[in-house]
Amino acid sequence: MILVTVGAQMPFDRLIRAVDAWAAEHPQTPVLAQIGTGAWQPQHMQWTEFIAPDEFRRQAADAQALVAHAGMGTIITALQFGRPLLVMPRRGDLRETRNDHQVATARRFDQMGKVAVAFDEHELPNRLDTLLCSSPADRIDAHASPDLINALRGFILDNQKPITATDSPAQE
Amino acid sequence: MNSSKQRRRRVLAISSGGGHWVQLLRLGPAWQGCDVTYVTVNRAYRSDVPDTPFRAINDATRWDRLKLLLMCARILSIVLRVRPDVVVSTGAAPGYFAIRFGRWCGARTVWIDSIANVEEMSMTGRLVRSYADLWLTQWPHLATADGPQYVGAVL
Repeated sequence: MILVTVGAQMPFDRLIRAVDAWAAEHPQTPVLAQIGTGAWQPQHMQWTEFIAPDEFRRQAADAQALVAHAGMGTIITALQFGRPLLVMPRRGDLRETRNDHQVATARRFDQMGKVAVAFDEHELPNRLDTLLCSSPADRIDAHASPDLINALRGFILDNQKPITATDSPAQE
Repeated sequence: MNSSKQRRRRVLAISSGGGHWVQLLRLGPAWQGCDVTYVTVNRAYRSDVPDTPFRAINDATRWDRLKLLLMCARILSIVLRVRPDVVVSTGAAPGYFAIRFGRWCGARTVWIDSIANVEEMSMTGRLVRSYADLWLTQWPHLATADGPQYVGAVL
């Protein structure tokens, strides 16, 4: 099963239409889409407006792959479950979100090779086909980087502020 | 270093929903052994932090003044009740208010800008700057000598 999500805040019909068109051509692949308050209703896949967080995690853990907007909640959840993930960023000029920060996020994660990116609906079908042929990603740890955890812990417990390279440019 | 002899630290960990909340959860080990209270905007997130004090507040964006005011009042009452030693937030509006109220009450404050902000600090992150004792970005290329600092990321 492929799990599609637009997140909890806003609809993203451009993504839902693109995946629905893909689903029409792949009737053997079940697709479940969380479409939010989108006005447009999918024809070729199962859909629901919202999925509760724990239900979403259950579905994500079972999914063959995830397709989503470039929201951090979805990206991190997919990485935690080691599921292959394709994101399509929302665009500010189309009023899909308030600015183009998702485009910047997607570009950066694309470079890091952690997620697959379709920058628009035309790129989506090929990217999704490729994603389904790729091997599952490694799961990431459940927690943040040890450096960040330790810095926060030092501050919380001992009131120590971290010293970073930019504080003292003389030191390497 | 002698933290075992000190009173347990009270930590208020607060964020809005979605990605901000997911990132806040990934920081959990930083306050292990402290008395943490989680505050967020979705009651359904309760199941993410079982057996831990948890408060849900209404959601609001900076475009909706009435809801923002209500959120503000709820956060003030929580801060006054919890009396945190440290306030930690990954964003956005709830973290801004909690850090400002926390400062009034003598708490030390930490802002960790969302990893989604890869080109510049978020607007809320910039607004909260002078009230955050630790002002962090999750991207090394955004760190400068005057802040924000980079000490790692949630991924």
